[in-house]
Amino acid sequence: MDLKEKLVSSFMAFENQVDVDTYVHGIRTEAIKTFETTGFPTKKQEAWKYTSLNKILKEDYSVFPKQENNIEYRDVKKYLIHDIDTYKIIFIDGKYSSHLSETTHDGIDVCLMSAALSKPKYRLVIENYFNKAATNDSLSSLNTAFSSEGAYIHIPKNKLVNKPIQIVHFSTGNESALMLQPRNLIVVDENSHVQIIERHQSLTENAVLTNSVTEVFAKKRAVVDYYKIQNDNQKASLIDNTFIKQKQESQASVHTFTFGGNLTRNNLNFYQHGERIDSTLKGVTIIGDKQHVDHNTLVHHIEPNCESHQDYKGIYDGNATGVFNGKVIVEKLAQKTNAFQANNNILVSDKSTINTKPQLEIFADDVKCSHGCTIGQLDDDALFYMKTRGIPEKEAKALLMYAFANNVLESVKIPEIKARITKLIATKLGVNIGFNL
Amino acid sequence: MSKYTEDDLREELKTKEYEYGFYTDIASDTFPVGLNEDIVKAISKKKEEPEWMTEWRLEAFKIWKEMIEPEWANVNYKKPDFQAISYYSAPNSKPKYDSLDEVDPELLATFEKLGISLDEQKKLAGVAMDVVVDSVSVATTFKKTLAEKGIIFMSISEAIKEHPELVKKYIGTVVPQKDNFYAALNSAVFSDGSFCYIPKGVRCPMELSTYFRINQAGTGQFERTLVIADEGSYVSYLEGCTAPSRDENQLHAAVVELIALDNAEIKYSTVQNWYPGNDLGKGGVYNFVTKRGLCETNAKISWTQVETGSAVTWKYPSCVLKGDNSIGEFYSIAVTNNYQQADTGTKMIHLGKNTKSTIISKGISAGKSQNSYRGLVQINSRADNARNFSQCDSLLMGNECGAHTFPYIEAKNKSAQIEHEATTSKIGEDQIFYCNQRGIDTEKAIALIVNGFSKDVLNKLPMEFAVEAQKLLEISLEGSVG
Repeated sequence: MDLKEKLVSSFMAFENQVDVDTYVHGIRTEAIKTFETTGFPTKKQEAWKYTSLNKILKEDYSVFPKQENNIEYRDVKKYLIHDIDTYKIIFIDGKYSSHLSETTHDGIDVCLMSAALSKPKYRLVIENYFNKAATNDSLSSLNTAFSSEGAYIHIPKNKLVNKPIQIVHFSTGNESALMLQPRNLIVVDENSHVQIIERHQSLTENAVLTNSVTEVFAKKRAVVDYYKIQNDNQKASLIDNTFIKQKQESQASVHTFTFGGNLTRNNLNFYQHGERIDSTLKGVTIIGDKQHVDHNTLVHHIEPNCESHQDYKGIYDGNATGVFNGKVIVEKLAQKTNAFQANNNILVSDKSTINTKPQLEIFADDVKCSHGCTIGQLDDDALFYMKTRGIPEKEAKALLMYAFANNVLESVKIPEIKARITKLIATKLGVNIGFNL
Repeated sequence: MSKYTEDDLREELKTKEYEYGFYTDIASDTFPVGLNEDIVKAISKKKEEPEWMTEWRLEAFKIWKEMIEPEWANVNYKKPDFQAISYYSAPNSKPKYDSLDEVDPELLATFEKLGISLDEQKKLAGVAMDVVVDSVSVATTFKKTLAEKGIIFMSISEAIKEHPELVKKYIGTVVPQKDNFYAALNSAVFSDGSFCYIPKGVRCPMELSTYFRINQAGTGQFERTLVIADEGSYVSYLEGCTAPSRDENQLHAAVVELIALDNAEIKYSTVQNWYPGNDLGKGGVYNFVTKRGLCETNAKISWTQVETGSAVTWKYPSCVLKGDNSIGEFYSIAVTNNYQQADTGTKMIHLGKNTKSTIISKGISAGKSQNSYRGLVQINSRADNARNFSQCDSLLMGNECGAHTFPYIEAKNKSAQIEHEATTSKIGEDQIFYCNQRGIDTEKAIALIVNGFSKDVLNKLPMEFAVEAQKLLEISLEGSVG
């Protein structure tokens, strides 16, 4: 039985497990139907031209983990941003871990999707926002059908969340192969600010496939700052679907740092429903071995006077493959749009590949849209200069690559994350120098 | 010389046909509509083709039957019914009109603006002409010069008969029958086209142009061009014509194959101005073309195109840079107005070492048109030190049109250097204002700015062509000032 059949047939069992009477029931049933007709995406689809799921779909994934597992804080401390105080929503094999987490209902809601889906007091929010940003493509539909757990964050009007929120998913390898489908809903009301850090981490060498959907709603003048840290092991694959709906004058930014994982696909979608919106999409990708990373972004400019900035940097070593598929749509109404898109890549090895496709679709005339994309090497002159100054070649190369990626790091607003990423980059490049230049 | 009458003209044309002779039977004979194996065989027979050619066509037809019409392009149109087309009609030698007065005045006005001489106007509009002699004599001297150099330039039907070894060796090597839906269709039913062979080390002394040939025999809707530049040779080839072509054939599916052997250089320039349909988007030609060139070691192929016509254009002149140190270039201006749709671009396939490619694409959309650039730059794992520079700029006029960019960049070699940039902008009000205060009216100012925008490409066209193309841009955008 292939994974699709398995998922479709487990849906009934899943529906019996969760409360059938809810509003979400209808949405789930609709979603599984969509998935049943569309199935997993194939390379024949334009959006999946360079990424094949065939290999990772061959594993015999358990859809529901059979037993709960526990992990100690000291074992996973290194995967968390632990040097500052944060709210934490931590899941182990898809199940909420109360002893590792730190949630709150004090003025803001930082809690669980399962609670939000079942408790009547959240009903209004769920009806207004759940599945209202996600599209009905096959993978998002699949997630919708099985949505039961994840993070639920609701920041009411005029709140400045005092510390960042971490959402972390651990998988312990209890199952030989596990499929996880976390579902996050984040609603940030007028004038509120929030910072979120998301990470998926597998603790063993057993296969994991995560198909995650995150919906973010940024209301008037809200500021959402989202960081995705992807540094998983060679057996873990991640399909991340993020949908961000922005209202007027809101600012949303997503930084994606990809340093590992077997196959990583980031579907990042921004929809601008209002004027004077600012959207930022940035990413650094440094991978090697047989890793495959695919950044698939969409910025939909619907109304006038908005801006979007995209900047993705990639360094590819070993047999790694990088894909960047960026799309900017500017609707007829969206005059005075300012959209910028850049994708710069360095191929380090002869076996690495980069496929990039920065697209513009423009229907308005009074706009400033540009995209640039490069594939190149490190500057030999710069390398030579550093070598003459006594910097060993390896370090010199690392310095140059760090400088290459630095553009993206500059806009990171949490200093601890910046420090962490800097360290990760150093490790990734195999050098032991502090980059706090 | 006594005055020419219509009958003289007809006589003249008849002899001319005979001279270069493919159609002995001039009376317009059209095949029944539809397409099947018998039709393919009949076309081949009609053209007195050798058996290998018939087989080749049939093979293509078999492949075509299995294929489905592609839908990936960013264009919308009513699909042609392939069984409702007549696949063979001998060129009608009878003039369409007796005098210029019968010709659509709009067309004449355009001729006027392009600065085309009265005689040429008549020729282009299909009016009976009394100056054919001149034209023939030009063509004859032309042929003589070429023959002295050993250059073969003739219709492909003639070439199949006269130089079968060359045609057989090269046809379908760059664009195989199974390449795509329209290439397969073309391979099965191509009516005619041009064949050009430049021998080793010869530099073609003049710009070869299909212009002369087209006047000898209408090439029909399925044109096939094969240009072979042997080692160390050079040729500059012009296709099309700046004057608007009114053609009843709605579907045009041409195939152009260029082969540049070691150290050879081919420069291929196109100006396309098929009927784009009226202001409301009714009618117009569908132009689905497959153009591809193959570069051997140190060879260079350069495509320059100015696309202003057709209701739907679907065209990607490509270069396969097979040999080391080979160079591919693509310069394009695509203008769309009213309801026109263009999905055009290029493919640069880098296979050899030290290969270079340059892409400059300028899209100008006005009215309610849609203009897309779609390009592929592929660096193979063995293509060390490959270099590509791409630039595609779009200019939008009015807020009902669209400009789209779909660049595909695939690199498998670490020494590759690729740059791609694209911008979209409109004509700045301050630019217009500046021109206005210097006494240049808005329409002229726009023409000026558009010319500046397209200059990079216009510069690559052969001189006479460039002047005409420049005027053509002005005309195409006329009335689009909002």
